[in-house]
Amino acid sequence: MAKTRSIRWSLPTLLLAASANAAAMPLNMTKGVTEISQEVYSLHMLIFWICCVIGAVVFGIMFVSILLHRKSRGVQPAQFHESTKIEILWTAIPVVILIGMAIPASKTLIAMDDTSAADVTVQITGSQWKWHYKYLGSDLEYFSVLATPREQISNKFDKGENYLLEVDRPLVIPTGQKIRLLMTSDDVIHSWWVPAFAIKKDANPGFINEAWTRVDEPGIYRGQCAELCGKDHAYMPVVVVAKSPEDYAAWKLAEETRIAEAKAAEQELLAMNMDMSELMDNGERTYIAYCAACHQPNGAGLPGIFPALAGSDLILNDKTAHIDIVLNGKSGTAMQAFGRQLSLKELASVLTYTRNAWGNDTGDAIQAADVYKVQQGEGE
Amino acid sequence: MSVVITEPNDHEQHDHEHEHHDHKPAGIKRWLYTTNHKDIGTMYLVFALIMFFIGGAMAMVIRLELFQPGMQFVEPHFFNQMTTVHGLIMVFGAVMPAFTGLANWMIPMMIGAPDMALPRMNNWSFWILPFAFLILLLSLFMPGGGPSFGWTFYAPLSTTYSGDSTALFVFSVHIMGISSIMGAINVIVTIWNMRAPGMTWMKMPLFVWTWFITAFLLIMVMPVLAGVVTMVLTDKYFGTSFFDAAGGGDPVLFQHIFWFFGHPEVYIMILPAFGIVSAIIPTFARKRLFGYASMVYATASIAILSFLVWAHHMFTTGMPVFATLFFMYATMLIAVPTGVKVFNWVATMWRGAMTFEVPMMFALAFIVLFTIGGFSGLMLAITPADFQYHDTYFVVAHFHYVLVTGAIFSIVAAVYYWLPKWTGNMYDETLGQWHFWCSLISVNMLFFPMHFVGLAGMPRRIPDYALQFADFNAFISIGGFLFGLSQLIFVWVLIKCARGGVKATDQVWEGAEGLEWEVPSPAPYHTFETPPVIK
Repeated sequence: MAKTRSIRWSLPTLLLAASANAAAMPLNMTKGVTEISQEVYSLHMLIFWICCVIGAVVFGIMFVSILLHRKSRGVQPAQFHESTKIEILWTAIPVVILIGMAIPASKTLIAMDDTSAADVTVQITGSQWKWHYKYLGSDLEYFSVLATPREQISNKFDKGENYLLEVDRPLVIPTGQKIRLLMTSDDVIHSWWVPAFAIKKDANPGFINEAWTRVDEPGIYRGQCAELCGKDHAYMPVVVVAKSPEDYAAWKLAEETRIAEAKAAEQELLAMNMDMSELMDNGERTYIAYCAACHQPNGAGLPGIFPALAGSDLILNDKTAHIDIVLNGKSGTAMQAFGRQLSLKELASVLTYTRNAWGNDTGDAIQAADVYKVQQGEGE
Repeated sequence: MSVVITEPNDHEQHDHEHEHHDHKPAGIKRWLYTTNHKDIGTMYLVFALIMFFIGGAMAMVIRLELFQPGMQFVEPHFFNQMTTVHGLIMVFGAVMPAFTGLANWMIPMMIGAPDMALPRMNNWSFWILPFAFLILLLSLFMPGGGPSFGWTFYAPLSTTYSGDSTALFVFSVHIMGISSIMGAINVIVTIWNMRAPGMTWMKMPLFVWTWFITAFLLIMVMPVLAGVVTMVLTDKYFGTSFFDAAGGGDPVLFQHIFWFFGHPEVYIMILPAFGIVSAIIPTFARKRLFGYASMVYATASIAILSFLVWAHHMFTTGMPVFATLFFMYATMLIAVPTGVKVFNWVATMWRGAMTFEVPMMFALAFIVLFTIGGFSGLMLAITPADFQYHDTYFVVAHFHYVLVTGAIFSIVAAVYYWLPKWTGNMYDETLGQWHFWCSLISVNMLFFPMHFVGLAGMPRRIPDYALQFADFNAFISIGGFLFGLSQLIFVWVLIKCARGGVKATDQVWEGAEGLEWEVPSPAPYHTFETPPVIK
């Protein structure tokens, strides 16, 4: 949050200025790094000061009254209890203030709504509990998941600087260009929020929302999912890296090459057999990263919400159905289609792992080719 | 408003006789079968207090887990159940029944009626309530746990992706809704038909007025809540697709229906508070309420406007820009009648002769702290800024200022104000002042820093957070624990007062005016069997 540090003390605080430990947290809304976010900040400060002035006047009069008009000072209560003139006055003055406030707010709102003439369009899809970024007009697409190790969350390891605000693959955008963001969701409602851009937009399943931004400063900008989306709502951060157009082009080329190479490697993998220990090692890693949030590290699931894998009927008795549910998910539940998210190697490993861990002693080694067959619709 | 009472000569004696023949069964049967508005009022208030402590215990679990970053005490799934059930219990179990209890006790006595108009329905509307909350609380012990989708139960998290307890949640909300609707009908019928001769509309105490308007809000929006929970039920269990795009529905439709109930609900929880404060401030300022008529009109305007602002809870859902503008302007407009109320209270205090007993202290704290909640509400109305505030701790700070230091402070003020009338004894003033000052300091330690945490970017409803928020959260949690402990003083005061103390006079407070202060303290089991005549 380096961007927000410089404005740390711009909001006067009565209660908390004394807290010496507050140094790491900004005490006010971020100004952000876009024209829109700075307008939003100005609106926030304008309405804040208006409230402060009204508060000072009203509470001031009230406290003067509390000091002066007390029975212990021997005062006699006055008899007045009505005045149409003053009632009209204190109805009209707030109306005028509010109109003054509504005009700049409307202008900013209308500017935020204009998503036309974008240079780059990225489709953002939320799912429990990760983001997927797809660059429209290109093959480039990938998932972005929390990179904080589980051991930090469970307090086994010390927490890193960007605890819960770090991902494996951030969204990368070019600076100085208008970026259009299309938001949707695969399951429940999520909300994609980056404070530095003043963008918070709900990702609704089955519908597409739009937002836009233009970032001038290269840098790393962090945010989080803002709409309660289930158990791991706290664990789906957003990280955006803004690069100069040259760096962005180089990054994009490298990513596209990497994806093409990975596809080629998968084809080679189909002809190979991995040994059991390699499959189990890889499988455990993948399981912890993608499956353990729901099915739990010990495969016991959470009764009533997430089914147990240890001793699961489906795993022990129907290998093809097992491969199929991992590849294609189960609609109407939180079980996602991992065929889209994981490589063949990862899929084969995690399938092997779940078929052999926690007393599921099927002895099966699932190979990339087995997964590929089911994927192509030629199950055993 | 000046109320002059000419009581029939035999009234006093009549009441006295009746104390010996009130025909109430002894023991538990008295409470199960009672149709007496005072008994039912007491049960509502005791029930609300118990729920306040159960909901409060859940808040303590939440604050304990948030004391430090990382997961220490509970699992995220259980944390979500705590935030959900805490919200449901505080809204439907604590604040609303407490107001209904106050209405039961005070409205008949304030308008000179012998009881509520529909006493048997009154009994039923209370007695279904404990079962509603028993169902909700027991669902926490099901496999998979209780509801975990937030008290706002947004679809599809509450439909396709929810646990097996959802059916119990829906059933329990239905019972709560039926109870509220019956309570509201009773209030309207009582006020409409049972006012004593001479008690014209514009002579009614403001507490009666605000409850009358609240009751209309209740019968208009509780059926909408019933509708939306039923749609959740059929989406989850019977294959409908109201909120599922795959079947032609829309998840945002849920939010429109929910908030069409939810925003008036906010005013259901604050309008009676306005009535309470409008009773207390004149009493302790020894001066008539300033602008009585404008207070009535402001309450009515707030109620009408409350139906036109629901989508300000939904600015980030991607509404068309013109709809967004409409809801922004309508929301800002609510500041005007609310402002009028605050100005009128201050004008009532101005050049009065004030004393500062506990009810007055809570009422004064209400004015300042509710207004702070109103200011953050005004900030939230500014849509572009709302994109930054929405779903952060700034919002949590906002609605706890209006609900805890607003609604709950007003309820506590009302209890201190009318307790001598109910029990016949004065409460312990020293203990009461301790309760007030401990609550005031701790509640601000609890909720004020949340504004800063929210502005710095901490989302709400998360069990774990980034390191920068750690110090503030530790401080907030300490405030939370202190606020929880402070409420134990309240229980002490209540028990002590119920068991004895300095005898209260009939008028109780030097500046008190109104029919409820004309009857003896404690109020006899039956009051105003012969209506008083108000000139």
